Amino acid sequence: MRRIEDANAEALKRMLSADLVLVDVVPAAEAIPALKDRMILHAGPPVDWARMCGPMQGAVTGIAVFEGWASDLKEATKMAADGAFDFHPNHHFDAVGPMTGMTTVGQPLMVVENRAYGNRAYCAINEGLGKVMRFGGNDSEVLDRLRWLRDDFGPALGRALRHTGGIPLKSLVARGLTMGDEMHQRNVACSGLTLRTLAAPMVDTATDNKALSRALAFIGSNDQFFLNIAMAMGKAMMDPVRGIDGSSIVTAMCRNGTDFGIRVSGTGDTWFTAPVEMPEGLYFPGFSEADANPDMGDSTIVETIGLGGFAMGASPAVAGFVGAGAASEAGNFTRTMSEITIGENPEWTIPSMDYLGVPTGIDIRLVVETGLAPTINTGIAHKQPGIGQVGAGVVRAPMECFQQALVAFAKSVGVS
Amino acid sequence: MHETIIKDLLNEPLKVVNIGLEKFTSDLNEQAVEVVQVDWAPPAGGDPELAALLSKLGA
Repeated sequence: MRRIEDANAEALKRMLSADLVLVDVVPAAEAIPALKDRMILHAGPPVDWARMCGPMQGAVTGIAVFEGWASDLKEATKMAADGAFDFHPNHHFDAVGPMTGMTTVGQPLMVVENRAYGNRAYCAINEGLGKVMRFGGNDSEVLDRLRWLRDDFGPALGRALRHTGGIPLKSLVARGLTMGDEMHQRNVACSGLTLRTLAAPMVDTATDNKALSRALAFIGSNDQFFLNIAMAMGKAMMDPVRGIDGSSIVTAMCRNGTDFGIRVSGTGDTWFTAPVEMPEGLYFPGFSEADANPDMGDSTIVETIGLGGFAMGASPAVAGFVGAGAASEAGNFTRTMSEITIGENPEWTIPSMDYLGVPTGIDIRLVVETGLAPTINTGIAHKQPGIGQVGAGVVRAPMECFQQALVAFAKSVGVS
Repeated sequence: MHETIIKDLLNEPLKVVNIGLEKFTSDLNEQAVEVVQVDWAPPAGGDPELAALLSKLGA
């Protein structure tokens, strides 16, 4: 239908013309004025306390203690079960969060501005590896780190970013792709490039040498530091694509550990959900599939913009890390995703694939027609809160989400 | 003329392209016949209602 092709061309144009800049770090209350006390934003589509998976519940109780709403985890659990907290998806508030994706009023949020369309998107700072809240961690080590991010690191990062006038992200990601990142399970190059860009401004704006040293070491020791920046970038890129009448392009994919959800431009902010799947991958020594939690997090926003599993060809190292096969097969994932997308991104190219642009603009019609579900590179969380990442793998978005979306989309354009 | 073409075909090594079910490919491979397998499935996994919608939506 001409109407759909025109609407999708507009959607692709908005994606490709986005001008994405990391500009600041601000308290969540300032970034999202609608975020109130005892409101908890989580990853994925809507989910209530009773249906949350173990790590998500663990994170909720931890963040309640961090915010001072509960004196300990036991009290926080009771409060959550009694309905004391107001749960909403990050996506409803211009935000995204990895894994459990906790966003609350007292946290510092990184701000990515889409200067072509005037919108902003937010994501909390990546906590590093090991025991972290995004995997459901909630002990004193986890909460102390969150306090340090709030009181020390976040403000320091914000000062440095304001000092630079912002870091343009599209060119940084383009370089990262040529250096082997796909921006979901491998961010080592982009994290390094970010540190290189920030080092001098962080020195220039530092108030204390010891704090500066700790901040630089924190970024330098975290290969996934850039992931949360890439996520806010993805959200800032996709939000202007929402609500284009007649467009069948996916604007968000996310999961909460219970359900997988997608949104489609032409059907507005409706979620199409299905039970989330288990990732298939490789486990760290001492862990197995029996330990794994179902797939979780808003990080699938990076696949929505053509990175992550869609850019696997740029990152043969990731193909091995997530157990997706030989390095020589990495390009097949990218080629397959080209069958369900309407274009390529000429600014984000893959050298080893003759500078093929990453597949861009997931069309639900193509997904349902081909039966090829989006490929997602993902970390695997332990199903018990607080243990952390136990592996990495590949997971497919459930086809049922796209089938439901197709039926609703057809109605929206008068087809039945 | 047609008869000649068919005779030639049967006297030359086979060039086979198989679409869909891989069983036909594996059977021929076992007989040392080279086959190019085309990865194909019916639209929408064979669901007639979804396939009809896709047809109307111009996919």
